[in-house]
Amino acid sequence: MTTTLTKTRRPRKATRPQGPHRSRPEARRRNWLGGLAGWLWLAVVAVPLYWTLITSLKDRSRYYASNPLVPSADPTLDNYRMVVESDFLQYFVNSVVVTAGAVIPAVLVSFMAAYAIVRGWRMRVLRAMNGLFLMGLAIPLQATVIPVYLIIIKLHLYDSLPALILPSIAFAIPLSVLVLANFIRDVPKELFDSMRVDGATEWTTLWRLAAPLTRPAILTVSIFNALTIWNGFLLPLVLTQSPDRRTLPLALWTFQGQYGVNVPAVLAAVVLTTLPVLVLYAFGRRQLLSGLTAGFSR
Amino acid sequence: MSTLTGERSGRRPQRSILPWLATPALLLFTGFAVVPLVGVFALSFTTWDGIGSIRLTGLTSWRAVLTDPGLPHALWVTFLVMAVSWAVQTPLSILLGTFLAGRQRYRAVLGVVYFIPLMLSSAAIAIAYEALLDPNFGLGAGLGIEALSQDWLGRPGLAFGVVIFVVSWQFVPFHSLIYQGGVQQIPKSLYEAAQLDGAGRVRQFFSITLPQLKYTVITSSTLMVVGSLTFFDLIFVLTEGGPGDATRVLALDMYKRGFQASLMGPASAIAVILVLVGLALALLLRRLGGRDAAASQLEGAS
Repeated sequence: MTTTLTKTRRPRKATRPQGPHRSRPEARRRNWLGGLAGWLWLAVVAVPLYWTLITSLKDRSRYYASNPLVPSADPTLDNYRMVVESDFLQYFVNSVVVTAGAVIPAVLVSFMAAYAIVRGWRMRVLRAMNGLFLMGLAIPLQATVIPVYLIIIKLHLYDSLPALILPSIAFAIPLSVLVLANFIRDVPKELFDSMRVDGATEWTTLWRLAAPLTRPAILTVSIFNALTIWNGFLLPLVLTQSPDRRTLPLALWTFQGQYGVNVPAVLAAVVLTTLPVLVLYAFGRRQLLSGLTAGFSR
Repeated sequence: MSTLTGERSGRRPQRSILPWLATPALLLFTGFAVVPLVGVFALSFTTWDGIGSIRLTGLTSWRAVLTDPGLPHALWVTFLVMAVSWAVQTPLSILLGTFLAGRQRYRAVLGVVYFIPLMLSSAAIAIAYEALLDPNFGLGAGLGIEALSQDWLGRPGLAFGVVIFVVSWQFVPFHSLIYQGGVQQIPKSLYEAAQLDGAGRVRQFFSITLPQLKYTVITSSTLMVVGSLTFFDLIFVLTEGGPGDATRVLALDMYKRGFQASLMGPASAIAVILVLVGLALALLLRRLGGRDAAASQLEGAS
């Protein structure tokens, strides 16, 4: 009822169910340190973002002379045109293909595995598999990149999009299985029992019962994996070579190498490559954030 | 009795499809994660330039790596990045997490801005910062502020500081999010009791909030520490390990030896060290926490 250190409710009328009540003067005192940190951090986060955005809209020749924190009087989209003309559409398509091509199968097989692990917990094989996936959480992707490179060469997949998709799936599996299993475990046992009484097979139970009931978790896991793969840099760097196989982060890096001196153009590329994710963030912020925290035990 | 046995025999054939459901995941995971993990151990006993044939050469790669002064240096830099970024991020994240846990509208709005860096790729962040910190054309130079227009990425100490700053910029929001969840789960009755006892705000923070956040601290620290081993993208794009080798962490050392110097054997040996360090840290932190990954995961998911 009284306010706490962390939940300092301002004594406003709209403090919903509690209604108006007198809190101790102590409790009403604000969390100054937290507030200060909060506003400072806002500046720390916002200034670079703001600077990046306004600079990307400046004319190259005028950029050097202008005040860096004042937006251009006549913003130009020339930098963006230059970026788009440098094949960024192709890179965007590549990123979409790799992300969708990895996330969909990864979530699908992880869901099936999670279901099997929860329902077949009595079977030693499945418990062992669960142990294996848990161990996978502790494997850093970087450390296995050399053998992955070798395997991809042996499969004659080097410099192709499947080369990026296959390892991405593998590395998405451990966390996805873990999170999905946690949610499937929450499905009431009676529901499974009644499905069985009705004569449903495990396969139908999986799709008719478990999948619909854990849809939010499936969405969350998909979002987390999609962000990770969309932003991935090391696999494209190591497993591809041709310009037309680049995904956005890698393309961004090579673009910077090429046009590094043209700061507004480089920043336009930064903005453009992050735009799709930011648009998603604007629409599905809650899902995105829960997707991130669900994925926090890596 | 008869129903029991009847049920069991009826269940058997059904259950046997379960292992098959898990098989696709197992195959993919084995093929592209377990085999590579075993493979990296194997490759560390070979000599390979990344293109030609692979020759078994015993301990040659290990000898080369272990006698190279670059290894202790890379280990030291990795440790420094881990320790300093932990020491910077943890208090900040706790502070911001408790701040965000408040239900005021404006804090939610600030939160929207805070979490933007989480969506961005490390490559994009590193490239934007490289431009922003440019001593001639960056923000500091443009504003004409001497202190801000230093050669940030050209001097070892400064470059290290920049790496820590950018890492924090990127990941503090994530850990604040974890702490926010942790703080919101603390029972309010604890604070009420403390207030009755006359405990002040600071006292409440140290005797209630922090102890109650114990498991959150462990989860967040595990992620920070183990995650810091994998800061490859950011450091690679930002400094490429430089200037000199001031920011050459293990992961970067591995990449440079393997894919730039074509020494896959020694690079694999570094990768093995990376795996062992990661496992050791995960085990150590788990021992500290006394709970397994699944439990802390559950806490996060709920």
